[in-house]
Amino acid sequence: MMRRILTPLANPQLIALVGVLLVNWLLFPNFFRITWQDGRLFGSLIDVLNRGAPVAILAIGMVGVIATKGVDLSVGAVMAMAGAVAATMVVAGYPAPVAVAAALAVGLACGLWNGFLVAVLDIQPIVATLVLMVAGRGIAQLITEGFIVTFTDPVLIYIGTGSFLGVPMAAVIAIALMLLVTLLVRKTAIGLFIEAVGVNRAAASLAGIRSRMLLILVYGLSGLCAAVAGIIIAGDIRGADANNAGLWLELDAILAVVIGGTSLLGGRFSVPLAVVGALIIQAMNTGILVSGFPPEFNLIVKAALIFFVLVIQSPLASRIVPVRATAREAHK
Amino acid sequence: MSIITKLALAAGLATALSSGALAQDISGKVIGFSQIGSESGWRAAETSVTRQQAEERGVDLKFADAQQKQENQIKAIRGFIAQGVDAILVAPVVATGWDDVLTEAKEAEIPVILLDRGIDAPEDLYLTSVASDQVLEGRVAGEWLVSEVAGEDCNVVELQGTVGSSPAINRKQGFEEGIASAANVTITQSQTGDFTRSKGKEVMEAFLKSSNGGADICAVYAHNDDMAVGAIQAIKDAGLKPGEDILVVSIDAVPDIFTAIAAGEANATVELTPNMAGPAFDALAAYWADGTMPEKFIITESKLYTAENDPAGEYERRKDLGY
Repeated sequence: MMRRILTPLANPQLIALVGVLLVNWLLFPNFFRITWQDGRLFGSLIDVLNRGAPVAILAIGMVGVIATKGVDLSVGAVMAMAGAVAATMVVAGYPAPVAVAAALAVGLACGLWNGFLVAVLDIQPIVATLVLMVAGRGIAQLITEGFIVTFTDPVLIYIGTGSFLGVPMAAVIAIALMLLVTLLVRKTAIGLFIEAVGVNRAAASLAGIRSRMLLILVYGLSGLCAAVAGIIIAGDIRGADANNAGLWLELDAILAVVIGGTSLLGGRFSVPLAVVGALIIQAMNTGILVSGFPPEFNLIVKAALIFFVLVIQSPLASRIVPVRATAREAHK
Repeated sequence: MSIITKLALAAGLATALSSGALAQDISGKVIGFSQIGSESGWRAAETSVTRQQAEERGVDLKFADAQQKQENQIKAIRGFIAQGVDAILVAPVVATGWDDVLTEAKEAEIPVILLDRGIDAPEDLYLTSVASDQVLEGRVAGEWLVSEVAGEDCNVVELQGTVGSSPAINRKQGFEEGIASAANVTITQSQTGDFTRSKGKEVMEAFLKSSNGGADICAVYAHNDDMAVGAIQAIKDAGLKPGEDILVVSIDAVPDIFTAIAAGEANATVELTPNMAGPAFDALAAYWADGTMPEKFIITESKLYTAENDPAGEYERRKDLGY
């Protein structure tokens, strides 16, 4: 019984996360200290959850896309657009729910557009989403007219910086989305369909899966997730910064998905592990910040750690280290 | 009336008169301005201030936006030469590759003035260059902090700009020079916030955690105002009062930092003036009046703004400049 509970936990991602957190703790002894302040939890670990949330949300959307052998490079730009739309609308006097709905609609529309290019026009995903990656940020800059649009709307600010039962709102949203999407793909046949399309789209279509519709849906979800992340980071700084919001975050999201064990060749995927991947990345970032290394080392440290995590997960390592093997046997 | 106020008034009057006199000297002149583009709020503000300055002086300004491309700038300068303008202002996008086009301008006897960035070209190809001194900006910020804490121990955390960028290197160096004389002021932590609000906030959150919840931090120095705005939010989230519990000093003087200063949440900012054109026009006026050669490198003022400099008014003056 105990073994059945423990074996799923003994996977390389969680081991890597624990490892990174332990390194942080060695560098900064108060890393795990959490206090209660002004009606919310306060501590470095909470920062990891809070700051990791946008990338985690992107990864939740990205994982479905990558599982279909695709990739969505536009999520960073879609974040900027969604933030810009929400901010300019509340500044123009629209109520926050309308602004949020409009921003989500923009994200969904961007995702569906990507899906249309990939599924209907059969453009390769990396090229199809590159279009919006480049154009999206330009559109966001047009919306904000190049300014950082600052706002004081309490609802938007709450989405970015508020807390629910002491937990940062961003983390709450990420966890809720993770549960929702996991249930959606694992308690229905959708997950199986995604895997089938990822492994062999032609075969999946012949087997009766409406692969075109499915592809449009996964890209739509990715766009929607990007919009959620975009609203969160705009709320966080109380402004929409079209030049910098979500910049290069598509790469972090892809990395999170890959660290989470999803294959870039499609097929195998896991939503919760992608979220763990995002947390690993953020734990590294936060660790670097509290450790006091000079900033010139940031990227080198990050690259070395990521290399380490990927080595732990590599097929060779799983043959040497028995942990993963037992986990596999347990699945059988 | 004290002697100092009298002197200040006299100086003010003299400036007003001299600028009035200069305004007449170059009215009616046609001046071409090749701007890099509008990649930042400051750049947009520079464009609008240049237009304002030209209008005040009756200059017919021909404006060309290069959209971050040198070839567009070279094309624009050739266009200005063909139109036979009286002078050309250039904010060069890169440092190299200007020799040919500037030689053409020189042969056409059109003076060229560089704005806010230098180039690698023989100095006789341009009349002068107007730019800020980024090291000085950092030093002014550092010296302000030293005088503000007045001898008390002060641990400073630094939010650097993008690693390796020249403003980040120079503003760091300047600040260190500014606090070098004061042993009581030390930089305890320094990290990059990439010049953005969200990174500034994230880094400040980490600093607060690793400095005993912020109790060990006396001041934050940010290489630009945007990071300071992010840091202010992080300080507030940690239950501290920015501006009181933790002093906030930064550089650029964008409108939003004046809102923060007016609210008592930021303490000081050092201006990177968007008015590079004003000194350029003055230099041209003197050059045309009696052939005075200006200095090769005109350094703009790095003015310090605190709560005593009417922050609310400064916000109003700047908010429509395009920052």
